[in-house]
Amino acid sequence: MTMTSPQVAARAGAGAPAGQSSRRASRRSWAGWWFIGPFMAVFALVFLAPIAYSIYLSVFRNQLIGGTAFVGLDNYARALGDAQFWSALGRVSLFLAVQVPVMLFIALVVALALDSGRLYGRSFFRISIFLPYAVPAVVATLMWGFMYGTRFGLVGNINQAFGLNLPSPLSSELVLASIGNIVTWEFIGYNMLIFYSALTVIPKSLYEAAEIDGAGQLRVITAIKLPAIRGAIVVASIFSVIGSFQLFNEPSILKSLSPNTISTYFTPNLYAFSLSFSGQQYNYSATVAIIMGLITMAIAYAVQVRGMRKER
Amino acid sequence: MIKTLTRRGLLQSSAVAAALALGLTACGGGGNAAPQQTVNSDAVEQALQKGGKLTVWAWDQSLKKVAEGFEAKYPNVDVNLVNAGTGNDQYTALQNAISAGSGVPDVAQIEYYALPQFALSKSLADLGQFGAADLDGTFTAGPWSSVQAQGGVYGLPMDSGPMALFYNKELFDKHGIAVPTTWDEFLEAGRALKKADPKAYIANDTGDAGFTTSMIWQAGGKPYQVDGTNVGVNFSDAGSTKFAETWQKLIDEDLLAPISSWSDEWYKGLGNGTIATLSTGAWMPGNLVSGVADGAGKWRVAPLPQWEKGATSSSENGGSSLAIPAASSQAALAYGFLKYSNVEEGVQTRIDGGAFPATAKDLASEKFQNTEFKYFGGQKANQIFAESAKNVPAGWSYLPFQVYANSIFNDTAGQAYVSGTKLKDGLTAWQKASVKYGTEQGFTVKE
Repeated sequence: MTMTSPQVAARAGAGAPAGQSSRRASRRSWAGWWFIGPFMAVFALVFLAPIAYSIYLSVFRNQLIGGTAFVGLDNYARALGDAQFWSALGRVSLFLAVQVPVMLFIALVVALALDSGRLYGRSFFRISIFLPYAVPAVVATLMWGFMYGTRFGLVGNINQAFGLNLPSPLSSELVLASIGNIVTWEFIGYNMLIFYSALTVIPKSLYEAAEIDGAGQLRVITAIKLPAIRGAIVVASIFSVIGSFQLFNEPSILKSLSPNTISTYFTPNLYAFSLSFSGQQYNYSATVAIIMGLITMAIAYAVQVRGMRKER
Repeated sequence: MIKTLTRRGLLQSSAVAAALALGLTACGGGGNAAPQQTVNSDAVEQALQKGGKLTVWAWDQSLKKVAEGFEAKYPNVDVNLVNAGTGNDQYTALQNAISAGSGVPDVAQIEYYALPQFALSKSLADLGQFGAADLDGTFTAGPWSSVQAQGGVYGLPMDSGPMALFYNKELFDKHGIAVPTTWDEFLEAGRALKKADPKAYIANDTGDAGFTTSMIWQAGGKPYQVDGTNVGVNFSDAGSTKFAETWQKLIDEDLLAPISSWSDEWYKGLGNGTIATLSTGAWMPGNLVSGVADGAGKWRVAPLPQWEKGATSSSENGGSSLAIPAASSQAALAYGFLKYSNVEEGVQTRIDGGAFPATAKDLASEKFQNTEFKYFGGQKANQIFAESAKNVPAGWSYLPFQVYANSIFNDTAGQAYVSGTKLKDGLTAWQKASVKYGTEQGFTVKE
């Protein structure tokens, strides 16, 4: 089975020509620098410099009384023993473990349905499922926040109309699930599009061959479609892992509606935000951000390695 | 604008007397009646005539008119009014500008509760050098004491928020419930209201740091003790306990609507009889008029309920000052603006715009006191507010890191509203978290 994902194509083109004379090679390498120079300059400025600055910040401590002092790795030690930080990390990990599979599964089912060719009004479905992604997260959260209202919101209306007593979606027990619902609603269309575009590039000849061999639809999905879009699934998973760890907009906005169930350390990003913007602990906040960056990288890398491993 | 109004602030410095002695250069007395010119106030006058470009960071809308009037009076001055965010957003921007040493405004709006934090870090100019101490008596006691910190005057009070009880008279009349004059009666009224109409609540509350501290203040509690970098935090005093016990009953009996202030549900609830009262600052009427049109004619104002029958104690809730960042190169000119806006012509401009002033003279003026509020059925509500302003207990202070402390209120004390945690224990948790932060920041904190 050949994979036609972009990664493979990129890897194939990346092989450098070898065996040139040293003079020509050196001249060529200069020319190369000219090409990547503008990119490297911008990359260094907007990517490397902030990281370097965060690392620099993370080894100092600034106090309202006493000013700034070099503290080495104290901030890191503090973060590793910080119960609030770990509870934030635990919360987004739970979110990741539950919400991401649900979202990707639904997105996959929708993409397969669209690709099956048996759906009437395919482009209408495609655009309407994708539409929530075009709604800014802030607007989406405000909208859902209103619907979650148990007095004048949708939940309140349902309770009134049917004489029910639905619990508040913003209560301590349900708030994480409610946020998961918003995020799922927002990103199904986006992931569906990734899967769908991967599905459309599968050569039709494979389906014809499958039909000749007498394979049913289910067999086509498990034997042809899913293996073919594996690269896309891995990419979507990595995006979702990163998105989960960076959860911020939704809880931050819902906090104004439900201040007691969403703490200032509800997610790691919210914690870092609160530390720096309410607490002026920029140094410790930078430390938390760096640790989260490392954890996110490690998990995203693990997903990639696991997902790309050749099975045979 | 709205967000800031929920924050409250008043700081009683332990060193008011020292502050008065400090800034004076050639002044015979601190009286409001005949302030003598100091050398530096000549400098202010000169700067005003010479002119220049003044950058003002404020989110208060009424300052726009003030700036126009100021420019008309001093044609050489050009005021650049910038809205750099509301409340905490603006403080963050200001803090960043101060650390960076560039882009610092000449004047900044800072709420009373946040002022000590900026004063402590020497980010603000001591206005004593311009003779600000002469203004003693110009402002009501609460706001005036809250701009004193670290032995200096760090801002001029712009507005104030003496508290009162706003109540939906129609709702009270309908169910034949008397307007409470004590907090015990308030509790009784809450029970009666719920009995009469299970959908109605005596008040809304989802845990609000500013409201809680204002209530404790009224009850005579002094949870915060501040002396320079020595800070005490203790929520077990009599005032705090009184509040926690009464409020616990309201929470336990489900008498408080779980609706956060300033939310859509809140505005609706105030208009449709779900929320019967609001205990808040005198700046509220403008918000009711603009946000709760349904309530016009239904609402009235009464003095804040008391902790003891017959007492007249009140509290402050909210309010801002204008201050001058230490990094401003035009401090004299900036002070000219502060004075124009908060002491001279600007005050009337702002009153006309619906603001509640902090100047004693304007509060006492007949015109102000006799203003009839159409929204409150023609009631002369300013009389109640002005009376409240006089009855604010002295000796209250906010923490020099109140901004952060307030931000973690719902993590700790707020849990009492959604779980089995008792409010008293919640306040203790808040105290512990505040102490931890203060210690980390280098303060000497004792509980």
